[in-house]
Amino acid sequence: MTTTTDAPPQVRVRPTPVMRGYRFELVKLLSQWRIRVLLVACWIAPAAFVALVSLQSQLPTDTVFGRSMHATGWAGSLVVLVFSCTWALPLLTSLVAGDVFAAEDRLGTWRHLLVAVRSPRRIFVTKGLASLTVLLLLVAGLAVSAIAGGLAAAGNRPLVGLDGHLLAPSDAAGTVLLAWACVLAPTLAFAAVGLLGSVALGRSPMGLLVPALLAFALQLAQLLPLPVAVQLALPSHAFIAWRGLFTSPAQAGPLLIGLVVSLAWAVIATALAYRLFLRRDFTDLTYDGSGRRVLVAGALPLAGLVVLTFVVLTGATSAKGSGIEQAKVQNSLATVYAHLYRLQTRELHRPDVTEAQLQATASCDKGGSLVADHGAGNDWRCVVSWHLPGTSAAGNAIYQLDVTADGRYVADGDGPKEVNGYFQVRTPTGDAPNPLWQFDGNVDLLSSTKE
Amino acid sequence: MHRSPAVRGRGIRKSFGDVIALDGVDLDVASGQVHGLVGPNGAGKTTLLGLLLGLAVADSGRLEILGTPVGRTLSVPDGVAGFVDGPGLYPSLTARQNLSALASLRGYDAGRTAGVDDALEQVGLTDVADDRIRGFSLGMRQRLGLAAALLTTPRLLVLDEPANGLDPAGKRHVHRVINGLAAEGTAVVLSSHRMDDLAALCSEVTILATGRVVFSGPVSKLAAESGELDYRLRTSDPAAAHQVALDTPGLRVAPGHDRAERQDADVLVVHGPVPALDELVRRLVRADVAVRELAPVVAPLEAAFLALTGDGQSDEEEL
Repeated sequence: MTTTTDAPPQVRVRPTPVMRGYRFELVKLLSQWRIRVLLVACWIAPAAFVALVSLQSQLPTDTVFGRSMHATGWAGSLVVLVFSCTWALPLLTSLVAGDVFAAEDRLGTWRHLLVAVRSPRRIFVTKGLASLTVLLLLVAGLAVSAIAGGLAAAGNRPLVGLDGHLLAPSDAAGTVLLAWACVLAPTLAFAAVGLLGSVALGRSPMGLLVPALLAFALQLAQLLPLPVAVQLALPSHAFIAWRGLFTSPAQAGPLLIGLVVSLAWAVIATALAYRLFLRRDFTDLTYDGSGRRVLVAGALPLAGLVVLTFVVLTGATSAKGSGIEQAKVQNSLATVYAHLYRLQTRELHRPDVTEAQLQATASCDKGGSLVADHGAGNDWRCVVSWHLPGTSAAGNAIYQLDVTADGRYVADGDGPKEVNGYFQVRTPTGDAPNPLWQFDGNVDLLSSTKE
Repeated sequence: MHRSPAVRGRGIRKSFGDVIALDGVDLDVASGQVHGLVGPNGAGKTTLLGLLLGLAVADSGRLEILGTPVGRTLSVPDGVAGFVDGPGLYPSLTARQNLSALASLRGYDAGRTAGVDDALEQVGLTDVADDRIRGFSLGMRQRLGLAAALLTTPRLLVLDEPANGLDPAGKRHVHRVINGLAAEGTAVVLSSHRMDDLAALCSEVTILATGRVVFSGPVSKLAAESGELDYRLRTSDPAAAHQVALDTPGLRVAPGHDRAERQDADVLVVHGPVPALDELVRRLVRADVAVRELAPVVAPLEAAFLALTGDGQSDEEEL
């Protein structure tokens, strides 16, 4: 029945080199109109947004650093960073990493790719690297564009930190870049979840939505008065914790924990996706996601990671309750006030005073005598007292504080017009924004209470 | 001197859960041979083609490809190319980009365009080489899939329904390419539902039914398996012809409700062995009835296929 060849053929099994596979995956991603639109948007839209908002009289004061957008160009990039952490980065990870495997299911190209590359491991690696590269390009675009837009619109001027101290332009530049670098860790975590969703759910659109849905769920969770150990155990905490870089000294504890947790999520979610991918039967034409295995091999291990992190953090840190305690709020408010008082003094061309000379203190109460003085809420009422050199009488200023569960607060002044009761102060050169009228602060959720 | 075929499979068995896709399949394909793989839906063709491409491994049995035993997934040797369930192509890339990327993945110099251009020319797609394949017809995609397989100068080419969606000119083009490859020593295994394609291309066929081989051998031998066939008979005098056919020994005439007769009242459908048909023709001539058409209702290969896979049974009984 058969004819035969004359000599044994030379045969080899040779998987595709990683670099070639990586280049191919990159070409595929960059040939998609969706990715091209995202790239253009990320490299242009932030600059346009920051420049436009900086020209408006109304600033996004509900966003951290939003009220400083007229004062310095660096604030604009931080406003974009806040927006990115809330919406843009989870959505970008959905659209890039969340689709990188599912796209092959939709196109029916798995078998072609496997025959060409000959190694599911290398396919996984090259797809992961390519989606990471595109994500980095997108994040770089957001950062560069936002910084460029801010500097063009408001100039390279000092930035007021979240404890009221002034960051020189060079320090502001370094800190802003560091903050953008820090959010790469949670971005990686969401990208890994995207890979997991893409591998586990096949062509189902749910795979694409997993990072976005996770981000939405975590944002809802962050609005709740959760114990600080739970907050820190969530992979999205580093999207908030970079704010700690803008105090002096930096609130490094929550940030470092956030980075470690995010990276742990990135590693574990990637490993789970890798495991599911290698176990997949590519000859099964009816494959449409891993079904129940998604729950067992995907969601449960990540839920276990949250629990494990919570247990470790509870044992290893002094974090208790919400992390927002009366003494910490008072301490933070007094520190910010002292820094900003010096700033106001300089604006008014008055003799300089030091924070030590001011001896600023704050006395805060939450919701009156019937409410315990800890936790988030907009019912914090504080009285700040300070002393001027050469006078025995203490000055008092009242603030209404809106403290959120993540430790951020907005202080709204209610006192003499010349101190903190009006949004402008009269300086020898004309009216200027009053730094003591409304300002942002940040309570370190992990710091130990100083009575 | 050692001599080995391109594919040699013995007792190949593969199941998916409770479903047995292949049940003790033997397969031999020699270099330079175009081997057809046919069978009804669910017979195990795609599973067998997947094994040849290394997309899966058999649960038991022995499979050698190009002289190398295949023991694990994707461990088939270099020199094997092809596709199952249609060619995997990326619609956002042009035809040339698709082929260049594949060449690069398979280790060829990405900058070398001659191979890509040659492959595109062989399948007649040079004019649309720089068009995105999003707008390609099914037939154009099939041809591009074939070009992708040619790119790697395969020694074993595995094709699943390569003529699917092709117009007559495109089909002739593809047939020419496949025959050319076989002439140069490439073994080609292709599946098709079109028996005329198999008759035109293949020197041997393997018929699968429910995971088992029900026939394997030369196409000429398959035709002989068809046995007695139904024939359409069109004459100048249908009434006289009907009477002559009834009087011819060994022949049966289909009743009036037969499908073919409903479509054309002038046509008789007769059933019988070839010698009886010869006698029918002689009698018709003697009766001065002109024979305008005498042809099998179903092609012999197709009839053999239907007979071997059991699909033709109901028709037989009906007659």
